[in-house]
Amino acid sequence: MDNLGIWVIPAVVLCIILFGFIRKVPVFDTFVSGAKEGLLSTVSILPSLIGLIMAVSMLSASGALDLLSSFLAPAARLIGLPKQAMPLALIRPISGSGSTAVLLQIFQDSGPDSFIGRVASVMSGSTETTFYAIAVYFGAVGIKKTRHAIPAALTADLTVCILAALTVRLFFSS
Amino acid sequence: MNNIKFKSRIVIIQSNFIKGMNKLLNYIWAGMILFSVICAAATGRMEQLSTSVLSGASDAVTLVLSMTGMMCAWTGLMKIADEGGLTLLLSKALNPLMRRLFPDCKAGGPAVKAMCMNITANLLGLGNAATPLGIAAMQELKKNNPTQTADNSMVTFVVLNTASIQVIPTFLGTMRAQYNSAAPFDILPAVWVTSLCSVIVGLAAAKVMEGFSSG
Repeated sequence: MDNLGIWVIPAVVLCIILFGFIRKVPVFDTFVSGAKEGLLSTVSILPSLIGLIMAVSMLSASGALDLLSSFLAPAARLIGLPKQAMPLALIRPISGSGSTAVLLQIFQDSGPDSFIGRVASVMSGSTETTFYAIAVYFGAVGIKKTRHAIPAALTADLTVCILAALTVRLFFSS
Repeated sequence: MNNIKFKSRIVIIQSNFIKGMNKLLNYIWAGMILFSVICAAATGRMEQLSTSVLSGASDAVTLVLSMTGMMCAWTGLMKIADEGGLTLLLSKALNPLMRRLFPDCKAGGPAVKAMCMNITANLLGLGNAATPLGIAAMQELKKNNPTQTADNSMVTFVVLNTASIQVIPTFLGTMRAQYNSAAPFDILPAVWVTSLCSVIVGLAAAKVMEGFSSG
């Protein structure tokens, strides 16, 4: 089953280049201008990542992260999540850079190919910064009453927390 | 496109929501640091804490710089797909689905068009393009709604944007590669199943709650 994942990237790269070629896109020039945009956006997240990675590595070094995970362990058991992934579940809807920092700490502590590392990866890959998106879109058009937007969005996030461990077990049974 | 971006940026700056979010993040960040120091003092790990302050900050720089290459390669490839018209093609393919999701919107109208473009940009992981397109879509929806209360279409659209529908989460893969994952993208099938279920649950929840949440 995990062979499927290995094929995705080369296939996508090939398809994109072929598609561009058929559509008469100057592929290399376009690639370069896209890469330039990528460079700018990567550099622009650096300052907030420095602040948050610093804070999360302080949490980790002081033992506070372990304390927090243990404190949240009953809730984690309830939804079938490893307790080390709970801090990620908490910060994910609020801050993109914050959850990146927590995810990286998990990779550093447990490794990206461990069960916990994989569950955390699935959680990151299947959720967005929920509150930020709600704030941006409703804020932009002056909507004050968001009605059922927050409960519905959080239901989706909870679904991810419940399914992350299950799907990792399903696809990585060995 | 540039015009939309410019307009939306002004609106974002004015938004009280954003100010509230940033305020919250200020508290969280300060709280994290305060809690760390108290915890280290209580458990006698002040020495580890002191090294972590400096290493944490420098780790962030090393990490982001070494990830930059892969991220740039991806945005470069996605630019080729976008220039070739993939976004436009895919957003046309979304039309039948849109009729079901947004029964209140006129099929093929400007609001639906803008929403399709936003959804496609999200699928392709074009984050920088998705947000201005999404704001443009919200502005189109706002034309039919003079109040300050969200209507059903707006909520459904925003819920769709709070869930991750990115087909290839490149940033995640890059981070996994950075920490020496044997196959950084082997989590993709698990991510797809989880994302798809969560989007369906989120949209279903929005539909069910419509009836209960009055304006």
